[in-house]
Amino acid sequence: MIEYIPYIAVVAMVFIGLYAVVFRRNLIKIVIGITIIESGVNLFLITLGYRGGGIAPIYTSLPAGTTYPEEMVLPVPQALTLTSIVIGVAVLALMLSLVMHIYRKYGTLNVRKMRRLKE
Amino acid sequence: MSSMSKIVRTMTNILFPLTMIFGLYVIAHGHLTPGGGFQGGAIVASACALLVVTYGSRWVLGRIKEKRLSTFESIGAVSFITLAFLGLVFSMVFFGNFLAGSNLLFGTTPVTGSTLADFNTGGVLPLMNFAVGIKVVTGLFAIVLIMAYASSTKEWNS
Amino acid sequence: MTPLEFLIEQSPALIVAVPLLGAFLTSLIGRVNEKARNIFALFIVCLTGVLIAILASDVLTSGPRLYVFGAQNLQVPMVRIIFEVDSMSIFMAIITIILALVALVYSWSFLKEYDGLDKFYTLALLLITSTLGMELTGDMFNFFVFLEISCITSCALIAFWITEGEALEAAFKYLVISSIGALFILFSIGLLYAQYNALNIATLASVLQFSFVDKIILVLLVVVLAMKAGVVPMHMWLPDSYGRAPPSVILVIMGATLASFYGILRVIFTLYGEVLTTTMRFNLPMHVLVGWLLIALAVVTIIVGVLMALIQSDFMRLIAYVAVAEIGYMLLAVGTGFAAWGTAYATTALHGGVLHILNDALDIGLLFLVAGAVYYVTKKRLLDDLGGLARTMKYTTVFLLIGLLAVAGMPPLNGFASKFLIYESVYQLNPILAIVAILCSILMLAIFVKVFYAAFLGPQRNITASTGLKEAPRSMLIAMGVFAAAAIFIGLFPNYVLDTLVKPAVSALLNHADYIGMVIGGV
Repeated sequence: MIEYIPYIAVVAMVFIGLYAVVFRRNLIKIVIGITIIESGVNLFLITLGYRGGGIAPIYTSLPAGTTYPEEMVLPVPQALTLTSIVIGVAVLALMLSLVMHIYRKYGTLNVRKMRRLKE
Repeated sequence: MSSMSKIVRTMTNILFPLTMIFGLYVIAHGHLTPGGGFQGGAIVASACALLVVTYGSRWVLGRIKEKRLSTFESIGAVSFITLAFLGLVFSMVFFGNFLAGSNLLFGTTPVTGSTLADFNTGGVLPLMNFAVGIKVVTGLFAIVLIMAYASSTKEWNS
Repeated sequence: MTPLEFLIEQSPALIVAVPLLGAFLTSLIGRVNEKARNIFALFIVCLTGVLIAILASDVLTSGPRLYVFGAQNLQVPMVRIIFEVDSMSIFMAIITIILALVALVYSWSFLKEYDGLDKFYTLALLLITSTLGMELTGDMFNFFVFLEISCITSCALIAFWITEGEALEAAFKYLVISSIGALFILFSIGLLYAQYNALNIATLASVLQFSFVDKIILVLLVVVLAMKAGVVPMHMWLPDSYGRAPPSVILVIMGATLASFYGILRVIFTLYGEVLTTTMRFNLPMHVLVGWLLIALAVVTIIVGVLMALIQSDFMRLIAYVAVAEIGYMLLAVGTGFAAWGTAYATTALHGGVLHILNDALDIGLLFLVAGAVYYVTKKRLLDDLGGLARTMKYTTVFLLIGLLAVAGMPPLNGFASKFLIYESVYQLNPILAIVAILCSILMLAIFVKVFYAAFLGPQRNITASTGLKEAPRSMLIAMGVFAAAAIFIGLFPNYVLDTLVKPAVSALLNHADYIGMVIGGV
């Protein structure tokens, strides 16, 4: 049971984030919702990459006596997560700067009060 | 917001060089330990963000211009891709590691097994980490600086 | 090894690397000289075009190509980062580079009076890079990375006119929608990796079991990519951003949109092609079910796109809704081809659909450029504010006529060639679908006749006394002329394009075993 808790957390985070994006009207809260979804997906990838009893794939820092690399973890999910974090930083910066411009333009962060693009 | 209280400034003066050195260490040892260009760059950029928070964005902008930061950012990106192209030239494959095993810069073949890490290994990987580090430091610093400056000016709120 | 052979060998990597290098060099060159920067950006795109042409001639004569990064000999390509180029990928790459080239020529004079152009060129080249990467890659995760780069760059480009609140709104909406979509793609990639310990498309396709989780992954991938392609009911970002971005930006973003459509094709035909054509469900083969679902989406897309275009008063927004409808035609052809897998008319439908990708790029691109020229001259967006432009903008009027006839599928222009193939094959699947498609096409003609009448005929309005109305500048006319000439050429000789480019692309889609065998080494 205990090993399913991260997956439950993943699902919860994705749905909390989606809730924030869909139902909140404040732009900052929408941005926060997206970052929550992103953290959920990252948690999912990291949980996939976890191997019980595995060691980090650094050849020069193996524990003494272990020469064979079978216990080493293939770090693909970790690499994916890092890439996704980097992309997340870029998206977050871009979104926040857009929010700043929108706030300067309309003087509000409420989605309802600023909608000019209709249909 | 010009600058914060004396306590904050003193702590920043102590912490800034330490954070800086730690970040540079993470960049430099990217091919040996967990970390690398992006992670170390983020640490260095957070040190720079500390400066922005403590002394205010105007003070920082008086010392380094945003244009220069974005020039360095472009230089970092260009040198990363140039290294990949050099791999194409020297080892006939894009992103080829042409320095590995050449006994030149970072060219020593590492000893396998449980040994102390040899810094002079890794071929082009450390160089690529440096390029990414430059790009990430300047890029993140520019983002933080511009955002701080833009949200502190008066005409922004009109 | 001669230099040319070396170039052919390395071209898949270079096609992505050259614009990437160019993107960062342009901003450095822009510090020195602005004109040199424009020339350099054009040069980079031309160079990429030459590389694509070299690779295309190689792929079309000697089959798909595999490129493994960082390895001198091709050991175990399953676990490496690979690019896999077949005729379909290279067909999309050609479309992308044509759009990019015309967009840069057009923006030479269109964007002259705006500042911040260093960043515009950097972002445009990055967007071209990511679009080409999406089309050439053979790796799911790389596909995600390039998709995210295209999200970020196109969002920044949509907000080019940053002083207008609508542009900001459109950009924010686009970024929210596409980043959530991209996160779900990452989620499904994680699910795939968890099941099969592989990330490249060919290996995944060969081991796919079509379990329950795989069905969820299929739905996630197709829905997100359809959203990025602008399929109704996930189309709402498209009219906003197309209606508010500068036309030269729209062309480059359109390349990315079509690349997402290519992603749908890749997922359905290559990744799930084997399991969908062999699995049964509800006493029907899965491909019939999936095909009919796509057809349903396509019909809704066509009808909604055309009906919404009818009531628009903003010129660019109107064209954007027509672009939505055009995506529907492609999806209709693909759905038909998939539902009737194995029959002769399925191949015809796919020929029509794939040719329509090219025609859509040319026709809708031409119309956006015309709308941009009108905006450049009059600074007005609403059709009610325009009038009598035909008297001063003679060439632009001719280009608009070519564009509207081509979009509506009138012979002898290119739209006719592809739409005729689509009607013909869809009629054999179900006549009602063909009738709906033809009716909507006629409605499109009516919409554009209205535009033509309102904006280009009638009394001249809002002539500013100081400048008067002129013809558009030369570089914009050249850009429009290229598209118009291509539209006429494809309309007159459709078989030439069909035989050289489209038929190899469709056969590459249908023979997914070749694509998989490139990596696995014989299935």
